Amino acid sequence: MPARHHTVVIPSTMRHLATVRRFVRQYGAEAGLTDRAVSELQLAVDEACANAIEHGYKGREDGRVQVGTHTHNGTFVVTIRHDGEPFDPGRYKPTALQDALQNHQRRGYGMRLIHRLVDEVSFDLDGPTSQVRLAKRVTPPMA
Amino acid sequence: MFTDLEAPPPEAPPASRPPLVTRLQPAVSNFSVTFRPTGTVRVLELNGELDAHTASELEAAFQRCLDDDAHRVIVHGGNLQYISSAGLGVFMAYVEPMREAGGDIKITELQERVYDVFDLLGFPMLFDITPAEAEAVAQFEASPNGMSTD
Repeated sequence: MPARHHTVVIPSTMRHLATVRRFVRQYGAEAGLTDRAVSELQLAVDEACANAIEHGYKGREDGRVQVGTHTHNGTFVVTIRHDGEPFDPGRYKPTALQDALQNHQRRGYGMRLIHRLVDEVSFDLDGPTSQVRLAKRVTPPMA
Repeated sequence: MFTDLEAPPPEAPPASRPPLVTRLQPAVSNFSVTFRPTGTVRVLELNGELDAHTASELEAAFQRCLDDDAHRVIVHGGNLQYISSAGLGVFMAYVEPMREAGGDIKITELQERVYDVFDLLGFPMLFDITPAEAEAVAQFEASPNGMSTD
């Protein structure tokens, strides 16, 4: 089956994250990712979209977040693009868990998850549109 | 409401295979919390998907426990289908206030894929997570502080 590109666009509100998760499951499974890999990618994309909505649009609900999928060299790739303020991953400094606990810290765990859930993460913050690219290798089925 | 942006994605496919237009029906996370008193413990049964949209409902449930002086809380995750960092953050925000008041938040009956998310961040080092609710209840009953919370 030839690789296909798929795209969905959601408004910049958290209530539509479920739509993105369903989108990733549909096309991740179609690309041959295992059920576990699809679940991991769903979560990583959810986190990236939530970051775009929270940090990019800062509560504005008139923005858009575009999520695209395609397969490239045996890797399933998801790109998340938005026109809000860029989220600079270099400014993210993970807090030690014990400190986070003592400080009742409720935010700052999404980036940790993303890096643990996918094989590649890259950011393109130049230009008016910010882009996060998440990639997951498609493991061939056992012979 | 759902439209495709005109700009092509990077690594665009050849013109012979254009991007497919995807028109999904909007899906919204379903999530609910049910309260169930069990002796001196309050059990919160979580149902559905806990994400950045629904995390405020869990926050309200924990806050209600604090307001009711119900500091011994068991979170039953048998019907929790999904959790993201926003949900995990609510646990992090409320466990210390519960402990400072003499109680705790213990987590039980998680599905494997949900437990895996807790595990990825090292939360089993911070929270008591038990396979069965009875174990969590027994841990509370064995604790030296026998404060009744309901």
